[in-house]
Amino acid sequence: MKIRLASSKTKPETRIGFEFTNLTINCLSPIFQKARKISSVKYNKLPFQNPKMALAFRNGLRTVARRLQVRNYADAPKGDEMALTFAAGNKVFYDKVVVKQIDVPSMSGAFGILPKHVPTLAVLRPGVVSVIENDGKLNKIFVSSGTVTVNDDSSVQVLAEEAHPLENLDRAAAQESLSKAQSEYSSASNDKAKAEAAIAVEVAEEILKAASG
Amino acid sequence: MLLYQKCTNGQRFSEQKRPEKAVKMLGRAAPGVCQVVALANQQQTRNMATLKAISMRLKSVKNIQKITQSMKMVSAAKYTRAERDLKAARPYGEGAVQFYERAEVAPPEDDPKQLYIAMTSDRGLCGAVHTGVSKVIRTRLSEPGAENIKVICVGDKSRAILQRLYSKHILSVCNEIGRLPPTFNDACKIASAILTSDYEFASGKIVYNKFRSVVSYQQSDLPLFSQKAVETAPKLATYDSLDADVIQSYMEFSLASMLFYALKEGACSEQSSRMTAMDNASKNAGEMIDKLTLTFNRTRQAVITRELIEIISGAAALD
Repeated sequence: MKIRLASSKTKPETRIGFEFTNLTINCLSPIFQKARKISSVKYNKLPFQNPKMALAFRNGLRTVARRLQVRNYADAPKGDEMALTFAAGNKVFYDKVVVKQIDVPSMSGAFGILPKHVPTLAVLRPGVVSVIENDGKLNKIFVSSGTVTVNDDSSVQVLAEEAHPLENLDRAAAQESLSKAQSEYSSASNDKAKAEAAIAVEVAEEILKAASG
Repeated sequence: MLLYQKCTNGQRFSEQKRPEKAVKMLGRAAPGVCQVVALANQQQTRNMATLKAISMRLKSVKNIQKITQSMKMVSAAKYTRAERDLKAARPYGEGAVQFYERAEVAPPEDDPKQLYIAMTSDRGLCGAVHTGVSKVIRTRLSEPGAENIKVICVGDKSRAILQRLYSKHILSVCNEIGRLPPTFNDACKIASAILTSDYEFASGKIVYNKFRSVVSYQQSDLPLFSQKAVETAPKLATYDSLDADVIQSYMEFSLASMLFYALKEGACSEQSSRMTAMDNASKNAGEMIDKLTLTFNRTRQAVITRELIEIISGAAALD
């Protein structure tokens, strides 16, 4: 698990190895100044002669542990983080949530977005958007169409016309809608109807592909 | 003409006789009601049927109260749904506008053509929701430079307000909005109507009611730009791998999503406002009912007393 710090000033604290038996103490807190010289400490047998000192040391350790724990949560987006807004007409999936990576299918080819991606605009084509969340969880969502915006502050907006998690897709229903769209395509009389049917076919094909994994 | 006179008579009568709110309860006087009252008035002069007139009014006010109460219940249910939908649509709308803000797109100064979209609905009886939006546009149209502005009215209410004075500015009208909750499909239809209208605007605004709480909403606007304006934006150069095709599709989609967001905000404000309006109407009807019941009882008492006096004095005269 990666630890995020509120500010860079306190960064050295992260170097504290947290095996209590073998402490490599390396921190800024004054209470540890004295202990710093000791390279390896057994927690149970603190090498302090003064019991008060030992107590203070232990308390200090506890506070550091607590502070580190608090910082485990993702903080507000910083310069090198990317805040994702992923919304569709039917549902909001992410609202300014910090994520690791986003893969989107666009008209000009699929691409992945990492933090500090160059600002760009793209138009989504039907397909699967995969989002890797900060804790490494992979979230796959099917989108029908929409837009992707990557801004210069590293924020990303994925706006879809309609989107559903992959597990909600039904293969049989997709098959059905594909055949329906295909018959519509072949029976389309004018260009507009034909284009509309072609889009329906494309979406149905992609749903089928996504649903069958 | 005759009907009109009768109506005015009726109103005059009503102003003297019944509480002020009678005329104003729903913000307008129904002509049909006036006629009935006028007829009752004529009857009253012949014999003493005041009691009948009052009881008729009482009945009609009670019916109106029933209607407003049920309208309130209906809009309360619709409002909860609209608010839930709106919660999902908010990030959507914010995301759609984000690019225009980030890229610092500004309306071109050399092209004054503008497009205003009034987001209202077909249904009335919901306070000042529609008037507010129309007022913003009316104010803009009465300012200099208005000849380059075209308006698209979404919903019949804005059309009804704007068509008398500014009919030549109206480009198109969408109706059948407001009966059902708005969908993305509705927004797409409006967007394609705008894109196929052949009106090449340089900039514009979507004027809508932004929902703030059950009791408050505010007129606000979303920006609209032409493709040219976006292409000449100062910070567009920072965006990578763009061509005209991508920008065009991007803008078409973002227009639809902004319209969708505005529709959702509008629907939510409308339902909440209707809820308050109908609540007030029911309350006013309740007050009227109280007053009318009092008058009714008093009059009945007076009639009984008078009849008694007549009987007693008649008997006394015989002695």
